[in-house]
Amino acid sequence: MKKITNYILLIAAIGCFASCAKDNYDAPNATLKGRIVYNGQPINVEYNQVRFQLWESGYVNVKPIDVTIAQDGGYSAMLFNNTYKLTFPGGQGPFMTKQSGAAKDTIVVNLSGNQELDIEVLPYYMVRDAQFTASAGNIASTFKLEKIINDANAKNIDRVTLYINKTQFVSEGNNVAKTSINGADITNPNSVNLSVAIPSLVPAQNYVYARIGVRIVNVEDWIFSDVKKITF
Amino acid sequence: MKKYFSAIILSAALFSSGCVKEDDFLDKKPTDILLDEAVWKSKKLVLNVLADLYDRIPNFQSIDGYWNYGNFNEGFISRNGDRWRFQNNDWGYGEWGMWDYGYMRDLNIAIQKLGTATELEDVDRNVFLGETRFLRALLYFEMVKRMGGVPLITEPMTYDFSGDPTPLQHPRAKEADLYDFIIAELDAVTALLPDNPGDKTRATKGTAQAYISRVALYAGSIAKYGGTTPSVTLVGGEVGIPASKANTYYNKALTAAKAVQGYSLYLKKPADLADNFANIFLDKGGNPEVIFAEDYKLKSGKVHNYTIDNQPMSMTEESFGSGLNPALNLVQEFELLNNTYAPLNNTNGSDFVYYDNPLDIFAGRDARLAGTVILPGASFRGRPVDIWGGYMLADKSIISGTNFGAQKTLPGKTAPEVVVGEDGPIPGLEWSAQTGFLVRKWLDPNAGAGSLGTASDVWFIRMRYAEVLLNAAEAAFELGLPEAKDHINLVRRRAGFTTDLTAVDITFDRIVHERRIELAFEDHILWDNKRWRLAHKVWNGSAMTEADLKANMGKSDKINTQVFGLTPYKVYTPGVPATNGKWVFKIEKPNAVTGADRFRLGNYYSYIGDDVINNNPKIVRNPNQ
Repeated sequence: MKKITNYILLIAAIGCFASCAKDNYDAPNATLKGRIVYNGQPINVEYNQVRFQLWESGYVNVKPIDVTIAQDGGYSAMLFNNTYKLTFPGGQGPFMTKQSGAAKDTIVVNLSGNQELDIEVLPYYMVRDAQFTASAGNIASTFKLEKIINDANAKNIDRVTLYINKTQFVSEGNNVAKTSINGADITNPNSVNLSVAIPSLVPAQNYVYARIGVRIVNVEDWIFSDVKKITF
Repeated sequence: MKKYFSAIILSAALFSSGCVKEDDFLDKKPTDILLDEAVWKSKKLVLNVLADLYDRIPNFQSIDGYWNYGNFNEGFISRNGDRWRFQNNDWGYGEWGMWDYGYMRDLNIAIQKLGTATELEDVDRNVFLGETRFLRALLYFEMVKRMGGVPLITEPMTYDFSGDPTPLQHPRAKEADLYDFIIAELDAVTALLPDNPGDKTRATKGTAQAYISRVALYAGSIAKYGGTTPSVTLVGGEVGIPASKANTYYNKALTAAKAVQGYSLYLKKPADLADNFANIFLDKGGNPEVIFAEDYKLKSGKVHNYTIDNQPMSMTEESFGSGLNPALNLVQEFELLNNTYAPLNNTNGSDFVYYDNPLDIFAGRDARLAGTVILPGASFRGRPVDIWGGYMLADKSIISGTNFGAQKTLPGKTAPEVVVGEDGPIPGLEWSAQTGFLVRKWLDPNAGAGSLGTASDVWFIRMRYAEVLLNAAEAAFELGLPEAKDHINLVRRRAGFTTDLTAVDITFDRIVHERRIELAFEDHILWDNKRWRLAHKVWNGSAMTEADLKANMGKSDKINTQVFGLTPYKVYTPGVPATNGKWVFKIEKPNAVTGADRFRLGNYYSYIGDDVINNNPKIVRNPNQ
């Protein structure tokens, strides 16, 4: 009887190992990466808040693959070689897609091997020439606000904020200090100045990361300047 | 081996003998379930079906799952497994979604069968029909408030096995149409349901009217305030209600609220309004305020663990407790009895404020505070709770312990003594009152309610008369009628306010605030903030400071993204009798609170599952997807 048990175990073990080899699928091996850009310049957004969807054809039941855009406007996704449709869900991002309206515009991506794809969009505003300086316990900044969309879809600025944080993730939810100016109070968009006091940092460090965020009326996602590391 | 062989032969023989009477074999009547034909003839059996249908009414925040009370910063959850609720920065788009067409189908079948159940007496049949239609309206309401317009299916659908599922695929109804359907159904069933305010667990005329007031109010406020979030709409009207319909809905809400007759505010203990308020939720004997509740019964199998999980740790009947710790954010919003808002007075700018008794800092406030929250120094089950964080010395340093009732030797003494309360708060320690408060609402003071073997049968009140009054107040306010103050003052007098609010005092902020206080921990905060389109302002993702906490009190759009606590300390200054032995309070965030909640515009209507859309291409996607 014991012999039989041993045989059964052996056969089961062989079966297990054999099936493992057959079950495994290939891992996705093609990288799609790029940036969200306006005229070639990346659009900075908040970490983990703006996303687009990739729809892979060839299956009965389709489910979007969400791709999240990084702070600096970059993205990357590991995929299988196939044809994908790329769309932005409604209300995503501080920008309009190139062809807007009720129809979502779709970019067809034929993926075979690694590919770089910059996605052109129309932001409502751009933060230009942001300069940060540290002096006397303050971070001061000067920058320009360029209004990109001037037609019927134009939107006003709700407020502009200078954020600083201890880490490179800088946004409304991640900051140690901020100062804001309301959109209505900006007299000269070509030269805006904001300054914020550096609070005591625990543990102490002699640098902070700073950037400018612009909140647009009735647009959920903020648009930002580049993150700058400032040593003081 | 021979034995096996004969067994095989035997079983083969058995099989073949079964095959002989093939027709009989496949045509056996089941002995363990009742068939359709039998059920819809008997009043008792229909009642059984109905009990199951009532039991399936969906809950979101309820005493069945107390941890959900920690979602929106009205409370902190002390259990370690719930820390993520305070570390998250936002909510998933699919949160609190619902697409329950299984329950809907069962309701539709019941309605269809009852419509032709001629063997039931008409009296019974009409009541049953009224109840099932009420439940269906309720389910549509639960779905529309989460998803926006959903397909309106009023008959059970049957697949004809033709290979073509298109007859079963229905598009989403407009959000406004769905609200209209729910209100019309509830209106229609008032004629069928009995007028019996004494029945708290089955639908009555009063229940239906009370729900109309809630449903119409939701629709009215979405119509009125939906314009402030223009991106949260769909062109087909599946999401969003035209602003022009607001007043119709508000009128409906007001009329329905006034039609709720036979109920009154609970006032059996006028001498102690805090106890009186707590008893609303505990008193099951002739409670005039309760309109509709999910009931529980000891030793019946239908009991809940709310008291086990939330009883004060110092008097726990198990090895845990103190699960839900109300936030200071909520506690400080309870008004002073002169109708003004004020943060708790813990500091005078340069030094702490010293109190003789820990309860003194809460003196002169709304009686509902002590009725909703167990405050430091208060009692439960006749025994004082033991909430204090440690000793504070003259140099403001703290001596505390890392376990319940830990002992240390104070400077200048020789023997160790207890330096922290049996209930905490101890930062990060599971089952300690990490905000310095414990919950009282729904908490069962009976012995045994806190033990796993017995548990609690406190009922979960889904609708009570105070809400109907607040619904009336809000609807009247939005219609610009002066009677708003009368409805709201009734509720406030019961909370101990002696000066009535005047018509000038009634603002939108007041209405929002009153609901937050009166209906705390009753599953309103999310739905209210959604329909007022306040959610993205209140939970805006900005981290809060102590100054933010104390600013803008009583404002409807005051931010509430992080939980704060209030820790009481005993002062130990042996040389200074003016302060020695007094109490001071520090405002602190529980150390698990690291995220700041952000309600994204896409959270207003939950994500419709991709499987749903794959199965039915007529479904329009929600604005977030």
